[in-house]
Amino acid sequence: MRAAGARKVLWQAVAAGVCWLRALSGDDAYDRYLTRHAGAAGGPPLSRRAFYREREERKWSGISRCC
Amino acid sequence: MNRIAGVLLAVVGAVALAGIALHRHEPINALWIITAAVCIYALGYRFYGAWVAARVLAVDPSRATPAERFDNGRDFVPTHRWIAFGHHFAAIAGPGPLVGPTLAAQFGYLPGTLWILVGSVLGGCVQDMTILLLSIRRDGRSLGQMAREELGPLGGFAALIGTLLIMILLIAVLGLVVVNAMKHSPWSTATVFATVPVAMLVGVHLRHLRPGRILEGSIIGVALMLLAVWGGGWVDTHALLRGLCDWSSLPLAGFVIGYGWIAASLPVWLLLAPRDYLSTFLKLGTVALLAIAIVLLHPQIRMPALTSFVDGHGPLFGGRIFPFVFITIACGAVSGFHALVASGTTPKLIASEADVRLIGYGSMMLESFVAIMAIIAATLLDPGVYFAINTGAGVVGSTPAAAVHTISSWGFPVTVQQMQALARQMGEATLFARTGGAPSLAVGMASIFGSTFGRGLLSVWYHFAIMFEAVFILSTLDAGTRVGRFMLQDLLGHVYAPLGRTSWYPSVLVSSTLVVAGWGYFLYVGVIDPNGGVNILWPLFGIANQMLAAIALSVATGILVKSGRARHAWVTLGPLAWLALVTTAAAWQKIASPDPHIGLFAAAGALAAQLSAGTLPPQAAAVAPQLIFNQRLDAWLTILFTAILWLVILDMSRVCVRKLRGLPLSACSEAPYQAARP
Repeated sequence: MRAAGARKVLWQAVAAGVCWLRALSGDDAYDRYLTRHAGAAGGPPLSRRAFYREREERKWSGISRCC
Repeated sequence: MNRIAGVLLAVVGAVALAGIALHRHEPINALWIITAAVCIYALGYRFYGAWVAARVLAVDPSRATPAERFDNGRDFVPTHRWIAFGHHFAAIAGPGPLVGPTLAAQFGYLPGTLWILVGSVLGGCVQDMTILLLSIRRDGRSLGQMAREELGPLGGFAALIGTLLIMILLIAVLGLVVVNAMKHSPWSTATVFATVPVAMLVGVHLRHLRPGRILEGSIIGVALMLLAVWGGGWVDTHALLRGLCDWSSLPLAGFVIGYGWIAASLPVWLLLAPRDYLSTFLKLGTVALLAIAIVLLHPQIRMPALTSFVDGHGPLFGGRIFPFVFITIACGAVSGFHALVASGTTPKLIASEADVRLIGYGSMMLESFVAIMAIIAATLLDPGVYFAINTGAGVVGSTPAAAVHTISSWGFPVTVQQMQALARQMGEATLFARTGGAPSLAVGMASIFGSTFGRGLLSVWYHFAIMFEAVFILSTLDAGTRVGRFMLQDLLGHVYAPLGRTSWYPSVLVSSTLVVAGWGYFLYVGVIDPNGGVNILWPLFGIANQMLAAIALSVATGILVKSGRARHAWVTLGPLAWLALVTTAAAWQKIASPDPHIGLFAAAGALAAQLSAGTLPPQAAAVAPQLIFNQRLDAWLTILFTAILWLVILDMSRVCVRKLRGLPLSACSEAPYQAARP
């Protein structure tokens, strides 16, 4: 019983870690964009490809890395 | 409960500091330093950081942040505090806190360690958090815009010029670090070169094959990078390939310059963006691994607390402990560059003002901890070995026998056999005169990782460390050249409008070439300098970076006074006064010191005298005119930095005096209060 509980906690920790890495790297950015876009007015959402292209252009046109 | 924890932390921290103080003439364990550091950070965060956030900055969680008000799912996105923390830390953590502390270890382990701890808790963390909050309150405006609006056009212009010049110096010195790590090292060269196609492969994967699957692409990329480390070892054993990858520093500098120029003109998705994903994962992973390994291994520190080089005659760079330890540590304690990130992408991610302490103050604490780990990695080496790796041939002599003789005569015994055995273990032909800090850090990291996770793999760990440093140095090089290009285009646009269009190809070409030529020049001179080049470039970069920090702190102080918080303005005024003192003292010595080991004009004069007397060996005489010109140019740059610094301080003082006398001022640009969503 205790082993099952410990396994569950471990899995939850791993899942939280993966979520954190996905969010940190921007892996889930498009999913979040779609969720947000669904509730808003306006035209159709950008495609996954177009969304990433725009995201990278924007990120690297300012200072986003330093010494 | 909180109070008990605070008292406990204070007691443990005090015991650790007492341990460091009492072990002055015997080897000390790194665990004392780690314990003292963790306690100081915890106390700083819990008490000083919290007090500054609540009382001085008046952080107000009920106030909507720009991320909430302008939420567009693209650049303004309310982000969970720990994710924003990761983003911000990944953005501010670069090679600076690895290189600076490694060089500053020539004074002994104590001065650098103390400044990293005190400087970050009272200066760097406060600067980063303050600028972050001020930018959040101004819709995410940049440091330059805030300087212009709150102080005047002079402040804005100074911030722009300062940033552009720092960028150029930073890229040059980092390029030099990579070149020195690769010279005559086929394994390192093959591994570093292989990271470029790996990044491009990941770029194509993320763009065309599986758009936006960043985690998947990064895992593939990191695996390929590790394979490149192993493959470099294979190249090293292959006679033909070994010869193809064995280069001296001048052609390597040519490669780096050519690479920088091409990379700046390539689309970001192909090289810059994918390599940055890889470097972020490597950075976070290696920092965590290093922390675990240092705690598990708790090595002995072999460097004395203070060396005789505090008197100014250090072999890595000239100058007394004051002010040069502060200039050299730079990013590990206070970094002006962070103010640019804290007023760039980060403020647009903050979901609540309550997160500002974790993200602004906390990220800088972690960065400072990286600097502590770097100083531990440098000082656990035998001091003789440390000096043999880090001192240029121009100082200790160009043969191994001459080098060990000179270094042993300083009181740090080392033998040729010891250095040869170490080089063999690390899979290198030689480790003599590998200036720049990266190789000695890699030897330190390899010893830590090797002792903790398996001793047989020392050479693989060494080249892993070199690859790790090179990957994010090249990231900074690409990203910096690109940003430098945008800034230059912005400036050139005032002269001829089409040059300001960032997508107009001739303008891209002209501005990229100018930026690359700027840092390429300093890199070239660094490479031909027999003293290693880093001895001149790093202090110059340090002065520039601390000047930018002083500009950021001036903007912060000016805004605090303007908004009626003069009573608490000492929080930023204190670090500002200290940085102004340190930067000006260092600049003064670099300009006016009659000692050619320190003063730039004096060094140029001495070299010119030797040249005209004909006492230089032919090889040195051939490069002397370029070195003389460069030292004079560096001296003038130092004068320019100091002038910019004092102009901004005077501008800030003008604003403060007008406010205190009740005279009219430009309006405060803070956005009006808007309640946050419940």
